[in-house]
Amino acid sequence: MIHLTIDDKSIEVPAGTTVLEAARQLDIDIPTLCYDSRLKPYGACRLCIVEIAGFPKPVTSCTTPAADNMVVRTNSALLHRLRKTTIELLLSDHPNDCMVCVRSGDCTLQELAYLYDVRENRFSGGMRDHNRPDANPFIQRDQNKCVMCGLCVRVCEEVQGVGAIGYSNRGFEAKVCPPFEKDLNCEFCGQCVSVCPTGALSGKMWAGQPRQEGVKLTDSTCTYCGCGCNITLHSHGDRLIRVSSKKTSHNRGWLCVKGRFGYDFVNRGDRLTTPLIRREKGGALEPASWDEAVQFVVTRMAGIKEKHGPDALAGLASARCTNEENYLFQKFFRSVIGTNNIDHCARY
Amino acid sequence: MAGLAAKFGSGAMTNSVAEIAENDALLVIGSNTTENHPIIGLRMKEAVAKGARLIVADPRRIPLVKFATLWLRQKPGTDAVLLNAIMHVILEEGLEDRDFITRRTEAFEEFEASLAPFTAEFGAEATGVPAEDIRKAARIFGSAVNAGIYYAMGITQHSMGTNNVHAVGNLAMLTGNVGKRAAGVNPLRGQNNVQGACDMGCLPNVYPGYQSVAIPGMQQKFEAAWGGTLSGKPGLPATEMTGAMLAGSLKGMYVFGENPALSDPNTSHSLKAFKNLEFLVVQDIFLTETAELADVVLPGSSFAEKNGTFTSSERRIQRVRQAIASPGEARNDLAIIDQIYRSFAAGSVAEYRLPDAAAVFEEAASLWPEIAGVNYQRLDKDSICWPCPAPDHPGTPFLFKAMFSREGGRALFTAVPQVLSDELPDEQYPFVLTTGRELFHYHTGTMTRRSAGLNAVAPEAFVEINPVDADGLGVHSGESLRVTSRRGMIDLKARVSGIVPPQVVFIPFHYREAAANLLTNDAMDPVCRIMEAKVCAVRIEKNMS
Repeated sequence: MIHLTIDDKSIEVPAGTTVLEAARQLDIDIPTLCYDSRLKPYGACRLCIVEIAGFPKPVTSCTTPAADNMVVRTNSALLHRLRKTTIELLLSDHPNDCMVCVRSGDCTLQELAYLYDVRENRFSGGMRDHNRPDANPFIQRDQNKCVMCGLCVRVCEEVQGVGAIGYSNRGFEAKVCPPFEKDLNCEFCGQCVSVCPTGALSGKMWAGQPRQEGVKLTDSTCTYCGCGCNITLHSHGDRLIRVSSKKTSHNRGWLCVKGRFGYDFVNRGDRLTTPLIRREKGGALEPASWDEAVQFVVTRMAGIKEKHGPDALAGLASARCTNEENYLFQKFFRSVIGTNNIDHCARY
Repeated sequence: MAGLAAKFGSGAMTNSVAEIAENDALLVIGSNTTENHPIIGLRMKEAVAKGARLIVADPRRIPLVKFATLWLRQKPGTDAVLLNAIMHVILEEGLEDRDFITRRTEAFEEFEASLAPFTAEFGAEATGVPAEDIRKAARIFGSAVNAGIYYAMGITQHSMGTNNVHAVGNLAMLTGNVGKRAAGVNPLRGQNNVQGACDMGCLPNVYPGYQSVAIPGMQQKFEAAWGGTLSGKPGLPATEMTGAMLAGSLKGMYVFGENPALSDPNTSHSLKAFKNLEFLVVQDIFLTETAELADVVLPGSSFAEKNGTFTSSERRIQRVRQAIASPGEARNDLAIIDQIYRSFAAGSVAEYRLPDAAAVFEEAASLWPEIAGVNYQRLDKDSICWPCPAPDHPGTPFLFKAMFSREGGRALFTAVPQVLSDELPDEQYPFVLTTGRELFHYHTGTMTRRSAGLNAVAPEAFVEINPVDADGLGVHSGESLRVTSRRGMIDLKARVSGIVPPQVVFIPFHYREAAANLLTNDAMDPVCRIMEAKVCAVRIEKNMS
């Protein structure tokens, strides 16, 4: 174990722990833009700088391994000034449109500008113009809002193993884009969107939907495959408007394209909204009241049971639906109808 | 699942998903994991990044092949022979775990003898995988400390699916890779709550918790809990219901949240069966292909509109919570079933009410000791992997640590003979058709094809065909092909691609307008009654119409 002191608090950490990780264990807040505990350290944004006794100048805490007897200071007038300058530089060519930005209120850069009170900008001048339309249906790319933290590029490579995007050009012209600056053509998992600290990447389906006001968050479980990813449903009234996932979940916040962007079926206009009955064989399905539908089901099923016995009836339960529903469904067939003719589509 | 249950005493993923990253060797066979279980796929990529060696055995060049140390391209339907040959080499080279075999298994001698003919050369001949690669696979898997096997429908949806599962289990037992952390035999479940539907007794032969309907003691236990008399006669599995409908012995069906009219192999056969019913009730959120045939359609609720639990592939019980209200007069699914239940029992329409999901779970937990320790108070804090027999039990990430669930506590070796697929290519139908899912869609597409984005990136059905075969037919990507089997015919666009080997074509089964299951074979595994959706013989022609 390594013993070090951070802001006069001492801590023991295993070898290989970074100074930033050690500080977070002590609940010491060091600002970051390019850090994500699920990815390798990168050291791009320079906001996590700290002073270490014996070091000639501040170093990035996310890339500095903790060493025995280190004495670290995470906040000082110098560090504050350096960090504020960094934020000013980032904002100097950032579109100042937080009012209409989809990520407003959920943006690390916006929060830092507020915390460091960046109202005017000493470096204002040329603005980048990297935006180009991208026809993919899922991911909105607003490259003028990119701070080049590299989280999207790294998550795509390190976690997803796809490498659909990379850096091109240098300096002011530097940007993140797919090969040959074409439209995104990837798995559309949206991992990049989930780690983006600004409005540079967002879901196309989020546009024009409420951001915070009136938005209800509900923790639930994804409805697609058997991975069982934990998701948070963002809803407004009776509409699902976004799906996200928490870093602390067993799926670590990662989702696939279906889980993250495939939720709009829920609010489709062709949902069934009333019971339907085919009153005579060969006739059409017609709307009916619930009472009529339930009566019809009970009468017809009871009739078959009476005439042909319980084994002339069968139920197919659902691998899509809940344990409770499935439990009650099989109990209905077994204990009320009296047959074990119950199965579901585990086999296909 | 019957295969694993026979070997180990219960059938589910033996290990948890997080442990995958700790494997030092992985064998992925019959699972296109990154497309069908993308987040489990991430753990496999993580394992590889940490230095694990990955063996992918799949006729198709699935995306995971890019991460593989070794790719075995076996001919469709030859999985068990491939596994037998790998095990033959493991024994030949002394890579088996004798200690594990002696302490924790039975019937090894017969099994060992049964492997004698399955030399690497024999395996190469039968599977098309070079003998040297079979040896390499045996060395990678046999020399690993923690090796996990991952499979899905590519192993099970065959007429010899149970055999395949036995072969997978044999390999894990032979190398001592079950009953410990970061190893195991792991069937990946295709749908959010297949595990839960099985756990809850939606199977024709068992009550909730895999308690057999044919054992009088079990029957009495559930009669006492539920009241009334229960039938001791096992019911029909779904795949046999089709035949019973056609024969007229099955007259009424209640289909809840499934779309068998599109997902069943040999669809035209099953459509005919559904039309032959006297009475069909379908409870769903959309007018599915099956609902269109119904006499009554009951509008239910989506996952975002209800409270309950799902159980994931790794036996993890998790909360589902209501976020929004259902549209129009659509109702909560649990309440619909509850009302019909009570109305049927009373003989007249019972009053509508919303049952408490927590209480229903509690009732199920009181009847199945493996989840006796699970309740909503605990689930509201964190999910739990069963078995969890007591309120202070933390749940079980991996199974069979001390013993297997079979009588005697040992795992059973099973000799697996070579069995050919039911329908092999011939002169008239020279290609092998295999089916599956693609990343952007899910099952019969009832949900995903209604998602604007997903449908935009994957708008239409296609048939993957090898460039060699495409050349022979004079067809290019995007041109229409007619695919015909003994059971049906569909037209769809060619996607010329080296993903499939020559003489094999692949069609995803999501698309109703070109339903792959019109072609597939409804031949069944004799034990599991699963249908052979993964191999059938087809003819391919350029579509001139």
